[in-house]
Parts: sequence; C-alpha cells; structure tokens
Amino acid sequence: MKVSYYPGCSLEGTAIDYAASIGGVSGLLNLEMEELEDWNCCGATAAHSTNHNLALALPARNLALAETAGRDVVVPCALCFNRLKVAEKALKGPEGAHLGVPYQGRIKIWDLLDYLTQDAYLKELAPKVVQPLTGLKAVGYYGCMVARPPAVTDKTDAENPQNLERLLKVLSAEPLDWSFKTDCCGAGLAVARPDIIDTLVQRLYERARRAGADCFVVSCQMCQANLDMPQKRIGQKFGRDYYLPVFYFTELIGLALGHPDVKKWLAGHLVDPVPLLREKGLME
Amino acid sequence: MPNTFPEPLEPSSSLAERLAGLTSVTACYQCKKCSSGCPLTFAMDFYPDQVIRLALLGQEAQVLGCRTIWVCSSCETCTTRCPNNIDIAGVMDWLKEEALRRGQASPQPQVTRFHQTFLDAVLMSGGRLSEPLLLGLYQWRSGGTVAKLRSGALVEDLRLAWKLARRRRLVPRLPHRLKGVKEIKDIFKKSHLHLQKTQEKP
Repeated sequence: MKVSYYPGCSLEGTAIDYAASIGGVSGLLNLEMEELEDWNCCGATAAHSTNHNLALALPARNLALAETAGRDVVVPCALCFNRLKVAEKALKGPEGAHLGVPYQGRIKIWDLLDYLTQDAYLKELAPKVVQPLTGLKAVGYYGCMVARPPAVTDKTDAENPQNLERLLKVLSAEPLDWSFKTDCCGAGLAVARPDIIDTLVQRLYERARRAGADCFVVSCQMCQANLDMPQKRIGQKFGRDYYLPVFYFTELIGLALGHPDVKKWLAGHLVDPVPLLREKGLME
Repeated sequence: MPNTFPEPLEPSSSLAERLAGLTSVTACYQCKKCSSGCPLTFAMDFYPDQVIRLALLGQEAQVLGCRTIWVCSSCETCTTRCPNNIDIAGVMDWLKEEALRRGQASPQPQVTRFHQTFLDAVLMSGGRLSEPLLLGLYQWRSGGTVAKLRSGALVEDLRLAWKLARRRRLVPRLPHRLKGVKEIKDIFKKSHLHLQKTQEKP
C-alpha cells in the first residue's frame, strides 16, 4: 500500500523518536509512506487562536499538495490531523471560494492510529507478533484532537474511542478501562502556563494509577511529551513518586513484532521504559 | 471568581449578531454542559457558559478582556457536547482574534506571546516550525531572565533542553527552506491584510 505522509513540524524535532518508530513499523507492514513534498506547518493552535484566515490557508496549501500527489494522506500528529480536517471542511464549504486553493476533496485524510488499526492491518499484524506483550497493563490515552469535534474529524466514537484497546489486545497486552482517555492534557499551554499543565497532567497520572496501569499508550506526540517530560517534576511538586512510561503505539507494535530498533526509539523518552519492560520480561 | 454584577447590565445585540455568523450562538439555553465538561475551569475567570451568556448580552469588555478565552486549551469538549451545536471553542477563538484586532491588552500575555511567537517562528524559518527557534525567541521576548535565573527556573529549563538535546530531540539546525517559501510569505501577508480589513469594518 502506498500513501502520502504528512509528518508535521515536531516529528522533525522533539518527536523525532516517534518518526523513527513510524518508519520502522511501516516497513514491517509493507506500508509505503511517501512524505508529501514541500509540506508546511499547519499553523497549529497559534494560528486558529489568533488569525482565522491563516489557520485555514496554511493547512489548505498542504491539502492541495496532497491532492496533486493523488493519494490518501496519513498524519501522525493529532493537531495537524485536526487542522487539515478543518481546512478540508472549509474548502468544501462556503468559505472555500475565498481561500483560492484548488481542492476537490478526492483524497482522504487519515490519522495514523486510525489508519494502522483498520481491520486489514490488525489481521496482518496478528500473525507477525513474535513477542506477545503479556502482562503489560496499559491505559490508552487518545487526547483531544484526533477525535474532537466529530463534525470536523468525522469520528463516530469521539467520547469512547477503542482503536488503542483493539490494537493492544492483538499485541496481547492488557488494555485497562478508564474514563479519562480523551481528557485534555493541555499540551498547547505547556510553555506559557506550565502551572496549568501540572494540574491537568497530575490528574491523569492519578487516574491511570488508580486504574492499575503500568504505562500510558498514546498516538499524539504532544500528549507523549506532556506526560513524559515533566513526570519527575510533577511527582516532586505533589509529593508522589510516579513511574508511568508513555509509549507511542508504534513503539509497542515494534516491540511485539521484534523490530531491531525498539531500544533506540525508547532511548528518546525521559521516563525510561526499559526497567518496566525488563520487569515484565519483555526486554533483556 | 468575579461573576457577580452589582451594576445593571446594558444589553446590546451587536456582538450576538456578529457571532451568529459563526455559529448558532443564540440557541444557547444555558444547560452548562460546556462548563461541566471543561477541564480548564479551575484556571478561568468566567465559565464557558458565562462567556456565551455575556456575549449574547453584548458585554464586550467582559468577554474580550477575560482570562477564560486565553486559558481555553481548545480541547473541543464543549463544542462536541453542546446540545445546540454551538461551536463554543470556535467562539473562544473568535473572541481572542477580535480582542487582538481591537488592540486590547491580553490578560494572559504569556499565552498571547506564545501564539504570536509561534507564528513568527514559522515565518522566520520559511514555512516549518523550528522548535529551538520558538523556545529561544519566546524566552527572549518574555524577559525576566535574571528573575528566572534567581528562582532556578532557568536552570530547570536548560536541564530539560540538555536532556532533549542529548536524545537528539532538540537540535538547532538551519531551517528547511521550502520551495514554496514565497507562497507561505504571501499566505501570511494576505492573512494579515485580511485581519486589518476586518478591523476597519464598523
């Protein structure tokens, strides 16, 4: 299968480890992801908070590029996915004419998790599992932007998505039920108002712990950064000792399918997942 | 929370009429589902339902000057759950943009500065965001380096930057210059003009 790939800016930077694991997993699944040529920043929260026109025009350019490339476009970053979907709706609606971007809507915009957890891929994955993730208790954490609002994302399960749980079961891990899988971690405010993040993220740690989780599994690099980077600091602030590694779902696919680079990918984390994986007998 | 109004309100419909062009804001029947699900209420001065109500009553100074619109994280829970399909998060965005258009001082200057610095950094790096540039520029524009140094906050930031750099996750590089850099500049320029044009409208 061949698709276009829109990585987004942070996958060239702070989430370069996510990008590496995506590359590894797509190889295992014979998925050819061709990076969209000359893609630009989607404008993110900064644009939609301050300049409506810019917030549509920046992602619209990417959609035009993707349509010219002629293939469905797969997006790992939740926010990029959301902004491309917003632009798609705008281009098809009354605002479309003002944007002056040629776009017919002939391609589909996928969020990476949705794409890789289609039935066909889960079926392809199952027999390739060489290291079942038995005993790994995980809460799936989806965050906001892949699901909400459904009028933009076209998702039918915005309040209770199940992709991560379905995937974890195929990998023989133990997905736990919890009520906070789409609660906001506030990543967009992480630099300007870290105090707000402390409150939001500490709640998530507590709730994950109460659910009995060993770790989080995410598909969004902003969620990953926001749960992983400040974990020690937030623990100290609230007088708790948290140890909750935050895996990308692609890293766990790589681990279960025996990809040789998994250790390298995991070395990018600040909360080192290796002790947990050793304890579970999933890594030497 | 300053949500009591000792003075009688002077209602005006002008703001409601403008917002009605964006979303079905007048359909609000104050069920407060938006505020009940909002994860950020602890940091807000008005709850989301109060912002909608005040906007409908035309209380421009209150809604354009409140902290709520800037600490809203755009998680879209309110928009998703509104039984009247009001795009509440979209209203928050509209109000932020309107406040900027009117040149109003932000009650959350750090947040506003972060958004503006982000876009400046995208433009400066030629179409894709350079995270080291954003973080450096934001730090520099925020000032207070000496105070941060004294409080130890700067050491904390630098320690994190070092950890990320060691993991090759924060590497200052020359910006990746796009072929379409001129298109990107045009998009920024036009959007800026668009903002000014809307500003001139009464």
